[in-house]
Amino acid sequence: MSGHSTYEPKTGIERWLDARLPIVRLGYDSFVDYPTPRNLNYWYTFGGILSLCLASQLISGIILAMHYNPGADHAFASVEHIMRDVNYGWLIRYMHANGASMFFIAVYIHMLRGLYYGSYKAPREVLWILGCVIYLLMMATAFMGYVLPWGQMSFHGAVVITNLFGALPLVGPAITTWLWGGFAVDSPTLNRFFSLHYLLPFMIAGVVILHVWALHVVGQNNPTGVDPKSKADVLPFTPYATVKDGFAMSLFLLLFAFFVFYMPNALGHADNYIPANPLVTPAHIVPEWYFLPFYAILRAVPDKLFGVLAMFGAIACLFALPWLDTSKVRSMRYRPTARIHFFIFVVACCILGLCGAKLPSEPVIPGLTTFNLVDADLNSFVWLSRLAAFYYFAFFLAILPLLGLFEKTLPVPDSIASPALSHPATIPAAATAAPEMKG
Amino acid sequence: MLRKLSVIAAVAGLLTAGLAGPALASGHALPAKEVKWSFDGPLGKFDQAQLQRGYKVYREVCSACHAMSLVSFRNLGDKGGPFYDEKYSAKHGKTSNDNPKVKAIAKEYEVADIDSETGDAIKRPATPADHFVSPFANEAAARASNGGALPPDMSLLAKAREEGPNHIYSILTGYAAPPAGLKIGDNQHYNKYMAGDLTSYWSGSHEHVPPGGFIAMAPPLKANQVTFDDGAPATLDQEAKDVSAFLMWAAEPKLDERKQTGFAVMIYLLLFSGLLYASYRKVWKNESH
Repeated sequence: MSGHSTYEPKTGIERWLDARLPIVRLGYDSFVDYPTPRNLNYWYTFGGILSLCLASQLISGIILAMHYNPGADHAFASVEHIMRDVNYGWLIRYMHANGASMFFIAVYIHMLRGLYYGSYKAPREVLWILGCVIYLLMMATAFMGYVLPWGQMSFHGAVVITNLFGALPLVGPAITTWLWGGFAVDSPTLNRFFSLHYLLPFMIAGVVILHVWALHVVGQNNPTGVDPKSKADVLPFTPYATVKDGFAMSLFLLLFAFFVFYMPNALGHADNYIPANPLVTPAHIVPEWYFLPFYAILRAVPDKLFGVLAMFGAIACLFALPWLDTSKVRSMRYRPTARIHFFIFVVACCILGLCGAKLPSEPVIPGLTTFNLVDADLNSFVWLSRLAAFYYFAFFLAILPLLGLFEKTLPVPDSIASPALSHPATIPAAATAAPEMKG
Repeated sequence: MLRKLSVIAAVAGLLTAGLAGPALASGHALPAKEVKWSFDGPLGKFDQAQLQRGYKVYREVCSACHAMSLVSFRNLGDKGGPFYDEKYSAKHGKTSNDNPKVKAIAKEYEVADIDSETGDAIKRPATPADHFVSPFANEAAARASNGGALPPDMSLLAKAREEGPNHIYSILTGYAAPPAGLKIGDNQHYNKYMAGDLTSYWSGSHEHVPPGGFIAMAPPLKANQVTFDDGAPATLDQEAKDVSAFLMWAAEPKLDERKQTGFAVMIYLLLFSGLLYASYRKVWKNESH
């Protein structure tokens, strides 16, 4: 839908370059003249925000790597050297540490937006899967990055996560030894994690290019889920989308700056300011907040191998989503039942996150003892996480496949520019803003 | 506008979920006492007089057992530090290394070195560039002198505990006579703010297990333990507050700089956002969406 290029080189140099490497034309066609649906709302600004996050992490990370020392005996002290002796080192490190959290806030909103408006459906399957690959790479990068300061939570988090691979039958122990570079998490582990932590972000950048490429081949989805049909449905990317994205980015930066300058350690864990000590295990090992839902799914299953499989299965569902959802209608704006399930799904994810932070045996309602079901009291976080995990999987494996076959959908507008305004569900601003607030 | 608000609300909601997430129940200790610190809030900064008093408590009491190996003497004279003096800053072509107070403090210590002429191991007076000198040669020596317990390094203590300075203040003022029925081991002390579970040491009913836990450190502070140079009354409360503030400075010496930079950044971003919003309204003026 991008059509033919309208770029006209104006100067001699531009014409000369355009005949040899049409890179200015590529930029012009992709970010200036590129037609975007005119009805994109603020949920659609998170793609731009994510590119800002990636750039910020890359730049701050490269500077940190100039001062960081990836040896088990020096890593912790070198991070403190950055905090105390490097000019503005505290700023760069807090930007990098909080930037990871900001990255995940943005990516979760971006993914939920795609889920709500059906942005994974034909012809955007490859676009969606590339996004899932980016998310997977982000998780690996964030996990290894958290190990680098070599504090107590870094070390014991690395022990817990690498041991998960040990649950695999036959090859498990060999894989773990291979990951560790020895027989325990130690200096070789830290050194290779540093190497990979530096490599993966550039792989993310590479897949981001593919993601944007795929986006520009199939065109952006929009809140109605209806393909643009005429020039009246679209607006050029610049200035319309750029100014809107820019405003959203600026608001996002305000939030980012608030964390960096006023509560830089709120999203971290106090134990990580204690140097790693293999002989002392922290009372509660918890991952960073963005992994908590998966951690809860892992712990919801009493068997280690099946827990690990469930955790990876939760991510695998995302990859299969384009084929799990059988509905012909893209946007949940016209799918009243699916919409309700979407919001329950968001709540279930938040509940899983909460469960991941709590001790499994801890009661949900304090002081109340009900009855023992299988291996724990019913009023416990482990049972709450089982309930939420059940819904998580049911949403992907049962609700979305079946709803597409049985759901009575609302009439979809003919085009973006001239929606059939007679139906209340097609008045975008008011109708969808209210339920979205709950997400 | 509703849609804009909903974006903000959603982000705020996710953040609250994120913040509420990692909060964990920490044994059965009493929640830390809330102290009003000069460095609280977006415009907060360290109180230099308090840091000087806190340093004195650290120097005369804590440093007998606790190391502070990440801090250098010169840091005491850095901006925001207890002995910062503008005369010895970059503004006057000098550094904290030139600060006579810092030099005098450093000189009180001896550090190991190598004689560059003979190669012999020697001791020399410390300079502002040296790190704080640890009270024990190694962990084994520290444990041997402290009944098997290791006094933690204090460089980052205020960030390595939930609630930071509030927690330290609460521990320092939270010692109490153990309630009857609580069995205390050798070299252990009862503290209401220490994390732990006392159930197995308690002979009374399970519903009335006392709060807190055991700590190996004997009550380190009492009234008039130090004499403050500025004449402040050396009550236990004052000493505990001052040393907690000093430990916060030791853990986060760039706090003042961070909050001041943050203020400028927030104002800049607010203005920039306003400008972008105005541009957005102008660009989209004639387009329905």
